[in-house]
Amino acid sequence: MKSAVILFPGSNRDRDMVSALTKITGRKPLVVWHADTDLPPVDLIVLPGGFSYGDYLRCGAIAARSPVMRAVAARAADGVAVLGVCNGFQILCEAGLLPGVLMRNATLKFACHDVALRVETQSSVFTSQYRKGEIVRFPIAHGEGNYRCDDETLRRLRGEDRVAFRYADEDGGPNGAIDAIAGILSERRNVLGLMPHPENAIEPAQGGTDGRRLFESVVGALSVAA
Amino acid sequence: MAERLREGVPRRRRGARSAQPAHPLPKPLRGFDLPARGRLRPQRTLHVVNDIANAPKTTIPITPKLVAEHGLKPDEYQRILDLLGREPSITELGIFSAMWNEHCSYKSSKIHLRTLPTTGPRVVHGPGENAGVVDIGDGEVVVFKMESHNHPSFIEPYQGATTGVGGILRDVFTMGARPIAALNALRFGEPSHPKTRHLVGGVVAGIGGYGNSFGVPTVGGEVNFHRRYNGNILVNAFAAGIAKADGIFLSKATGVGMPVVYLGSKTGRDGIHGASMASAEFDDASEEKRPTVQVGDPFSEKLLLEACLELMESGAVIAIQDMGAAGLTCSAVEMGAKGDLGIRLDLDAVPTREAAMTAYEMMLSESQERMLMVLKPEMRAEAEAIFRKWGLDFAVVGETTDDLRFRVFHRGELEADLPIKKLGDDAPQYDRPHTHRPPPKPLALTDVPPPNDYGNALLRLLGSPDLSSRRWVWEQYDHLVGGDTMQRPGGDAAVVRVGEGGKALAFTLDVTPRYCAADPFEGGKQAVAESWRNLTAVGAEPLAITDNLNFGNPEKPEIMGEFVDAIRGIGEACRALAYPVVSGNVSLYNETNGVGIPPTPAIGGVGLMPDHTAMATVGFKADGELILLVGAGHAALGQSLYLREILGREEGAPPPVDLAAEKRNGDFVRAAIRARQVTAVHDLSDGGLLVALAEMAMAGNRGASVKAPVADAETHAWLFAEDQARYLLTAPATALPALEAVAAKAGVPLAAIGRVGGEDLVVDGKLGISVAKLREAHEYWFPAYMAGAA
Repeated sequence: MKSAVILFPGSNRDRDMVSALTKITGRKPLVVWHADTDLPPVDLIVLPGGFSYGDYLRCGAIAARSPVMRAVAARAADGVAVLGVCNGFQILCEAGLLPGVLMRNATLKFACHDVALRVETQSSVFTSQYRKGEIVRFPIAHGEGNYRCDDETLRRLRGEDRVAFRYADEDGGPNGAIDAIAGILSERRNVLGLMPHPENAIEPAQGGTDGRRLFESVVGALSVAA
Repeated sequence: MAERLREGVPRRRRGARSAQPAHPLPKPLRGFDLPARGRLRPQRTLHVVNDIANAPKTTIPITPKLVAEHGLKPDEYQRILDLLGREPSITELGIFSAMWNEHCSYKSSKIHLRTLPTTGPRVVHGPGENAGVVDIGDGEVVVFKMESHNHPSFIEPYQGATTGVGGILRDVFTMGARPIAALNALRFGEPSHPKTRHLVGGVVAGIGGYGNSFGVPTVGGEVNFHRRYNGNILVNAFAAGIAKADGIFLSKATGVGMPVVYLGSKTGRDGIHGASMASAEFDDASEEKRPTVQVGDPFSEKLLLEACLELMESGAVIAIQDMGAAGLTCSAVEMGAKGDLGIRLDLDAVPTREAAMTAYEMMLSESQERMLMVLKPEMRAEAEAIFRKWGLDFAVVGETTDDLRFRVFHRGELEADLPIKKLGDDAPQYDRPHTHRPPPKPLALTDVPPPNDYGNALLRLLGSPDLSSRRWVWEQYDHLVGGDTMQRPGGDAAVVRVGEGGKALAFTLDVTPRYCAADPFEGGKQAVAESWRNLTAVGAEPLAITDNLNFGNPEKPEIMGEFVDAIRGIGEACRALAYPVVSGNVSLYNETNGVGIPPTPAIGGVGLMPDHTAMATVGFKADGELILLVGAGHAALGQSLYLREILGREEGAPPPVDLAAEKRNGDFVRAAIRARQVTAVHDLSDGGLLVALAEMAMAGNRGASVKAPVADAETHAWLFAEDQARYLLTAPATALPALEAVAAKAGVPLAAIGRVGGEDLVVDGKLGISVAKLREAHEYWFPAYMAGAA
């Protein structure tokens, strides 16, 4: 499987993502600079976490207008798998590839710890190797993960089975997100944005391996397709 | 005197001067000639006429008041006059004040710091560089340092803390290392002080705000509260990075006529006199110093990191130095002086944020996220392209020269012309008078009553400000970015792996200020020993330390005595444990209205483990396993947390540190961890044995049952004493004979004191509390306090 990680100024989990993809797919991903206008053919495009442009404006807003994002949007429209984690999720929302927006955590504080997530759908290239309803643990590390959208969008996300992950802790989640949403899929189900970090939960030494199957799902789906 | 005068004269002018022998050389202005008697003006005129035609124009009269405002004492100003043979320009005065303040010159501490051991088989670069460099095998080195940002953080906690983190990260990556871990040691005033909550909130948010965005995992540290920090908080930031052994960059310039390049963010008016501010006491008007605090921009720092590492990889860099305290001044002087070269700067080329900045402002600005580099001229185009790609400023602002002068030009005028080596080498150095208190007497056991209720005492200790869970703090720090955090905050030491071969580094910051206040010598020893012990407790081999020495006003002999004694203690422990000091920082004048902080020599320790899968953690692992106590003694209740928190007394001698026992016991524990004979390890420190047991129970979510093997009258001492060189281990019963055999042979006291199991922590006949209740007490205080509820 060929993958690409997009590097924006201020990305900081790009190395984590490159390492996870290398370990799981057996192949080092391409690292594509945000100012590039074309994207080599790949099976998976990843927008990693970080603080693109310092998040000084609305998080992800400037990165969403990077030259490379036109190419990302075109590939997404062609059905290529696109994953945005944390800042990547924020960029996908700002680029209009996913609906809604990520606001400041309700606690007004940055939060870094493991969270329990419920896998809400198996039917996507990213979640096929999980069981629906399964509880998994990924770490979070964000200050702006409070997912918000209008009622109509929320109705559609639920009705179209596009909520991929929900926070499953008793207190309703770490950031105040509407309906405890942690990750959502695009209409065509080939774009996933999520706040927690599967790339930091792929080895026992990291404290858990639940994130591994997200990447293995993509690998598996592609080998089936091939 | 002729020799002295020549120092003030640029070489190429010497001929010109000797061609005018008719003019007698002026007598340099003496300190006592200064304007009290109104003689300044005529003196200065004489200089301009007679001395050096190309000395910087002096447009602002240098009055004693101006000299004092620059933090220079009259005798120090006299030294400048002697050195130059003329009066300095205002820009030159600013440069001297930047180079000669306590923060940059170490003038009060240098002679004592020289006594510390700084070498060892693994030490590549000790103190004197931006950070220490230690060999970790496989062609890799770890680069680390700790530095204070105390004064700015008190005035403006968020920005003070961010720029503290930014500064220490730059110290690490300016040497070519990619930062892999950040830690911080924080001391605040008593919780009831009206400023404390605001300061804690601001500092923690600032550390997180910077480190999280930059992308370095903040993996540990410590937080203490005490009323003696009410007027002076301590923010000590530590960073470590990894570089290739042959990829280390230094600040020493080489080659004449090489371009000096300015990199990074633009220069603004922020932080002017920051270093001087950090070299003076506070008073009630200290908040007015807010404009001297810099503003941090972690995004620019991240870009600067990537651009610098890419540039270093390209082979274009001859020397590089970050602009920290006293910005452009210190970095340029250091690069030139270390390389025995002069530096010529043209300030018109410096990228500025604001129009109409003067030479004085540019030379003293502490704007953040800037670097100065000496570049290979043939690589200029490639180097500039890298910085343009990352959207950063790149400007050639000067060149190296062969005349050993530091010359600064602005708008066609010579603004400073100084002997570059002497700026540093001739900085004042003091052997300040110091007095020494006799150490306090140890407290007799009979003088310390047992608690009425052991359970209550334990809950109060676990919920006290100094022992309660720091989760509220470290969950605001991204401690996982990088994906290499093997041991998260909350254990004895943080562990971060290096590469994929199993190798990992352990990090810890330690000092027990109440011990140091009672006995600076034993306290200094203890700080080093505890850091060594914390690294050992995770299974790491302690490599070296960085020290951050926070003290009060060194001009007071009793404070200077504390400093001297603490250094002596640190040195003794470092030598005994083969644990050298490779970098450090001194922060003096931590006083407000004449009241100083307790001596706080924070120690940052770094350890190496070959295989992180053998790493030990504190949590109990399995019911039925034995709990083993390593080490001896249960008499040290003086200065213990039991004495302070439960009995409300801060007295007695701190626990003495037996460095030979420390080494024996630690080596035994480390070997047992590496042989995978033990399943959990925790060192005994604040709160003693009972608190350590509770922490192991909470971390493992399992109870335990222990029995005190001592007479009833000594049980409270057995449970609460803070004797050093001790650890708790757990192991399956089958492992005991082998462990006992090794311990006996090595002379290490080892005793089975109980077993893991159940839902309660039980001390036979004294207490039984559920682990859930322990956790509730432990987790309650910090968030409740910050929410205004406690």
